[in-house]
Amino acid sequence: MSTTIPRRERSKQAARPAGPAKAAASGRHSQRWLAWMFLAPTIVGMGLFTLVPIVASVVLAFFRWDIISAPTFVGFDNFAEVVQDPTVRVSFLNTIVFVVVAVAFQLGLALALAVMVQEKMPSWLRTFFRSAFFFPLILSAASVSIFMRYLFNEQFGVVNWFLSLAGIPAVPWLTTPGGSAAVVILVYVWQNFGFSFLLFIGGLASIPTETYEAASLDGATGWRKHLYVTLPLLSPTTLLASVIAIINALQVFDQPYVLTRGGPGDSTRTAVMVIFESAFQRLEFGQASAIGVILTLIIMAVTAAQFRLSKRFVFYQ
Amino acid sequence: MSTTTERVSTRPAPAPPARGRRKPNWNLVVRIALLSLAAVLTLGPVMWTLSTSLRTPSESFRLPPSFFPLNPDFTSYVQVFEQLDIFILVLNSALVTGLIAVGQMVTAAMAGYAFANLKFRGGGALFSIVLATMMVPVQVTIVPVFMLIRGMGLSDTLLALILPAIPTAFGTFLMRQYFLGLPADLAEAAAIDGASPWRTFRSVYAPLAVPGMAIVGILAFNFHWNEFFRPLILTISERNFTLPLGLVSLQGNLGTGSISVVLAGVVLSMIPALVVFTFGQRALQDGLTAGTGK
Repeated sequence: MSTTIPRRERSKQAARPAGPAKAAASGRHSQRWLAWMFLAPTIVGMGLFTLVPIVASVVLAFFRWDIISAPTFVGFDNFAEVVQDPTVRVSFLNTIVFVVVAVAFQLGLALALAVMVQEKMPSWLRTFFRSAFFFPLILSAASVSIFMRYLFNEQFGVVNWFLSLAGIPAVPWLTTPGGSAAVVILVYVWQNFGFSFLLFIGGLASIPTETYEAASLDGATGWRKHLYVTLPLLSPTTLLASVIAIINALQVFDQPYVLTRGGPGDSTRTAVMVIFESAFQRLEFGQASAIGVILTLIIMAVTAAQFRLSKRFVFYQ
Repeated sequence: MSTTTERVSTRPAPAPPARGRRKPNWNLVVRIALLSLAAVLTLGPVMWTLSTSLRTPSESFRLPPSFFPLNPDFTSYVQVFEQLDIFILVLNSALVTGLIAVGQMVTAAMAGYAFANLKFRGGGALFSIVLATMMVPVQVTIVPVFMLIRGMGLSDTLLALILPAIPTAFGTFLMRQYFLGLPADLAEAAAIDGASPWRTFRSVYAPLAVPGMAIVGILAFNFHWNEFFRPLILTISERNFTLPLGLVSLQGNLGTGSISVVLAGVVLSMIPALVVFTFGQRALQDGLTAGTGK
């Protein structure tokens, strides 16, 4: 996670031309003026469109408001109602199951492919594989979900056609709870494993080759080499990749919205989908904010927990 | 920041087997087979989308599926223009994405330069706040942003999509790193020559910052061209829809008989992303993994 920042401040001070004090002072003054001019668009924009909304969101969670009538203060009622609402509960549960399965699948796949790509092979082939795995990342999740919905169609979908070649009867992918959940996970992982793959490629490249040579001299071969050298030395990358993957997966929306609209029933409804629905379909802006606050707290807790755990399990060189 | 991948690959390989009794390298064969399978599963759906969009609409759902456009037929591409006001969608998407990208490049370059090269009080604390905003998911701020946009009288306009997306914490972070990577002597030399801080930026640093700004622009373009959640909430009438929204509603409106028409729209919407992929893949990869210490 450490980004090396060149130590410039110090050298700049040391090398500051020892001109007359007055000139230096006026230089500093005009620097400060320019700095605030340069920062103004970003700071004003972020204040208006990020910081104020964060505060407003927290405040709104304690009010009942449908935009039309005046907001009324309701204390913790929104939180109490939201926590007891069966749809919200199911959606959070779905999201947690989704995160666990999708992230494990995504990281496992990405790691296996990265290890295979980084070992000796013709470089044009390596370039091809890297581009192929990266490719889905540049597509829009909405477009991907549109064509995936056709591919997973029960009667004329390509997936079931291939399965029928192997003698497997048509799977009702998008009309059963289990099938829909599987499709959402598969489509999500299909599009996102390339990002974890890139991170693992970077991590593998930073493992010194001498470590592998030493392991070979000690008689380690094949998978033992990866078990005892690659995995421990890669753990900082694995931590980072899993933090990013979990945070992103907790916010899943586009795929289930386009693929299943949360159905059948509530089987693929996610946390962000209930925020969207309570705010913009049921006009319960206070409840939507309360769900948003809960989701943010979960994201922060997961991030904190992972860095705590990392102190115990991650091996830093 | 760039991923250096050649180190592992240049690891001295075991002595090559003597010519004549060359044994097949099973490890390599198995690896290439598995990787090829993964590549087929990754690219296959996209190939199917492309070749099905080039079938006639009545043929498009017929099995066996088509993965190679052997007899391309462009009926669906004509029909998608009839079914969908695709010019408006493309224009909206291009306008929104282009203005966000340019806006991010300019504001991020200025803010990044201020954090990297200019001395002012409170810079460190301010930069921490900017970084912290990266952790807040957009879904949490969307309700107040929606209200704010309404209050500003901008609801259901393209500006509702553009304005909130211009201030960029990640872009600012990237540009700050970029300016810190440029040699400090340049500023000192300019100062000795009596250049004002503005002149130093304008004639020395801004021209050098173009590659960094390009990364910010490419990332912004890729993200906002594909964006679905914010347009879904912040636009109401169809004349303000962007491409992904228009395509999803087209899929909803058409029956299964017109798969190829919907897919023609999907393929058209991928073209700009393909251009970026072809010419800016390196920049995109570096930008996406920047700030992760790799």
